[in-house]
Amino acid sequence: MPDLDRVDRLLLNYLQGGFPLASRPYLEVGERLGIAEEEVIARVQRLLESGALNRFGPVLSTAALGGARALAAMQVPPDRLDKVARLVSSFPAVSHNYERTHRFNLWFVVSSEDPQEVRHILSAVEQQTGLTVMELPAIEEYGVEVKFHFNVND
Amino acid sequence: MSTTERLSDEERRLLLALQDGLPLTPRPYEAVAKRIESTEERVLSLLASLLERGIVKRLGAVINHRTLGITANAMAVWDVPDAVVSDLGHRLAAYVEVTHCYRRSRGPEWPYNLYAMVHARSREEALATIARIAEELGLAGYPHDALFSVRQFAKRGARVKNHPPE
Repeated sequence: MPDLDRVDRLLLNYLQGGFPLASRPYLEVGERLGIAEEEVIARVQRLLESGALNRFGPVLSTAALGGARALAAMQVPPDRLDKVARLVSSFPAVSHNYERTHRFNLWFVVSSEDPQEVRHILSAVEQQTGLTVMELPAIEEYGVEVKFHFNVND
Repeated sequence: MSTTERLSDEERRLLLALQDGLPLTPRPYEAVAKRIESTEERVLSLLASLLERGIVKRLGAVINHRTLGITANAMAVWDVPDAVVSDLGHRLAAYVEVTHCYRRSRGPEWPYNLYAMVHARSREEALATIARIAEELGLAGYPHDALFSVRQFAKRGARVKNHPPE
């Protein structure tokens, strides 16, 4: 777990919202938080390098692109889990892939601008593993804002 | 609807140029503009439009909550009657501890239709949160399970393709 000082936590809270669409966005962020432009850039760089941030940039909506997103679950024999998980992750359209504590022990999300690619991947996984892929189509999404709050009071 | 209408060639080039993130230089939009032989002004207006249309959900930091000590990730699921699932989903989604909330089709050996992702610092904390929310929303009587993630094999953002889909 990377060491975060107060300014890092302020930055993390601030940067999850709208990054300015302006010529000198890091300068604007710095002015807002009372730090220099170069320090904002250096800190973002450090947060990326330490792994505190996965990415810094645009977050795309597959749905708005006209694409498809599928959640799928599999019951994989424990001794095959690593291999099957690696196969699933090898498709770039697999955005999430987790082992979970259940008889259905492998859960993944396939998301692509091209709905046919999603179908293709689900059947390719079935064919290449000989295991059943249970698809759980979303019927309704309830609006949630994914945002983590970091305490900046200490 | 054809997906080609959703994204112009110019927008696709821009999103591809940004796929690995915003440049860490004082004028990041100008740096991206150079890569796609455009101008800073044009890049700013394309991004404003993509944000407005919801194709770019947001611009900024994607937190890796695992490295920040938020290590427990529970997928809480319930089997609730279809007549009340929508109402419960909206109320679940209003909790700050819930980061994703969906109604999904049930599966052959999977009775659940309501899903909420709960992040916490430990499994105990996640379970306590789920129990509290379930109690408050009257979910406690319905069949329920909580699946914790053990290992993360992949986590990446959605990407655009190099060419529009056929």
